[in-house]
Amino acid sequence: MRRYAAPVIFLLPATCLIVAFFLAPVVTTLYLSLTDISVITFQNPQWVGMGNYATLLRDQFIGRIVLNTARYVVLTLLFNVGMGLVLALLSSSVHQRWGDQLRAVWLLPRILPPVVYVLIWQGLAREAPYGLIGTITGSSTSWITAAPWAVIVLANGLVGASFGMLIFTSAIRAIPADLFYASAVDGATTLQTVRRVVLPLLRWPIMFVTAYQTLSLLTSFEYILLLTDGGPGFYTTTVWSLHAYKLALSQYFGNVEFGLGAAMAAVLVVIGIVVSVAYLRIFNFRALVAEPKIEVN
Amino acid sequence: MPLLPPRWRLLLVAIAALSLPILSGLAWLLLTGWFDQVHGLVPTGRLGPDNWRFLWEAVGGRPSVWIPLRNSLIFSGVVATVVVLASSMAAYAISRLSFPGRAAYLGLVLVLHAFPAVSLIIAIFFILRRLGLFDTLTGVILVKASLELPLGIWLMKGFFDYLSWEMEMAALVDGVSRWTLFWRIALPMVRPGLLALGTFALLSAWGEFILPFTLIVSNQNWLMSAYLQTFLGEAFTDFGMVAAVGLFYAVPVIVLFLLGQRYLLNIYGGGVKG
Repeated sequence: MRRYAAPVIFLLPATCLIVAFFLAPVVTTLYLSLTDISVITFQNPQWVGMGNYATLLRDQFIGRIVLNTARYVVLTLLFNVGMGLVLALLSSSVHQRWGDQLRAVWLLPRILPPVVYVLIWQGLAREAPYGLIGTITGSSTSWITAAPWAVIVLANGLVGASFGMLIFTSAIRAIPADLFYASAVDGATTLQTVRRVVLPLLRWPIMFVTAYQTLSLLTSFEYILLLTDGGPGFYTTTVWSLHAYKLALSQYFGNVEFGLGAAMAAVLVVIGIVVSVAYLRIFNFRALVAEPKIEVN
Repeated sequence: MPLLPPRWRLLLVAIAALSLPILSGLAWLLLTGWFDQVHGLVPTGRLGPDNWRFLWEAVGGRPSVWIPLRNSLIFSGVVATVVVLASSMAAYAISRLSFPGRAAYLGLVLVLHAFPAVSLIIAIFFILRRLGLFDTLTGVILVKASLELPLGIWLMKGFFDYLSWEMEMAALVDGVSRWTLFWRIALPMVRPGLLALGTFALLSAWGEFILPFTLIVSNQNWLMSAYLQTFLGEAFTDFGMVAAVGLFYAVPVIVLFLLGQRYLLNIYGGGVKG
């Protein structure tokens, strides 16, 4: 066994953390979803089998939550990919100094702490005469109450667009200059070059960004929680992941439906595993795990 | 991509217009933090430090701001250290050592990198309760560091793969142990990777909200994000003071941003969250 002493020591810290807070939670989520665990039965949960899942199917609001989730994912995704593409194209076709500035500004929402970012949105969305959006549109109520979906999609989109922007930019930079010379010689206009040369070459990056962001949007709820908390009113902007979180961990309902929340989370966990394994198959796994260079132990 | 012909220069205006929402948001934060009252982006009140009184007095039953600030500094510092150390150790093993299950381990890291960890929050709450780490800084630090590991291992593996291994080979032949080799030769050579990962982990931990919000209850253990969030939930928000708290919390991030824009662009190009 001495042969493997070195790999074991090097892998030990990371492996312990990954097992404790990645693998164990996956199993725990699935286990909890099959019990009636709540704040009352925390020490001694009873096995209920598929009971929680049956409750979910019977829930009269589940349809609304699924629709909200679809709307959130699709609208935000369209904004993220579209805006990312526009930003990447614009910033690559002007002088690099300006392009870098533009990309730096769009990176800001991503690196600002989310709570500060949401605070800014709340301030801008206030009613006239305080908020900027309210003043421009003359709205006498906060925009977060008046148009919650627009605010949620834009707030998520301003953060999300930078992901596509960076990936598309490096893809555009990798296009050989010969192709642009060729299309210039053929007399193509700028728009034709973008449509016939650049966009077809961006097919894979666009697919990658779309796939990656679909999964992360499906499970993310941070900005919705902070902006509208699922409201205003009844479930107006509650999405699947937020509902799971609130069922299990909301301080107001006293953790009474922990098992039910776990069942909703389990659905996301299973989707997450299936989809991320599928990514590996699509994005050439064998090349990524090539043998190490040094074979000495 | 070629530059645009001169007649398309109007696009610069379009670019400026696109960035306007973000810039006006920042302008709002700056103005509201320093003035009594702001309408839109126009200050209508007096300039004054009154918004900043949270610095020297506890506001509305909250602890003094210096407690969450201290906690946030400890939290981000320790998380970044753990992430950098544990990831580079594991990445070194994957990149340089041969052991059974190596491909499977790397596959697991890649799957976890794509896997949305936030969906595990309910189970993590349960596990921390069982471990007796609920409502402790230690607990949140361990969780946050673990969730950053897949990205860290993947990033550092790339850096180790690019190292030329003649120097390591020579040291091995001279009878240097793997451990010494790692600390004395390999780690110093991947310093750009360590800096990139460290900066990224620092920023990510500094802004983290959901984990401390869920896993910490007592206000002595609050991080800055939880402290600021309590102001947002109030019925009559004093926006002047909240903006000041927000500025105070965001200043390190903005300074870091101004110091190394290009450098940060490279880190986030690796792709982390949607």
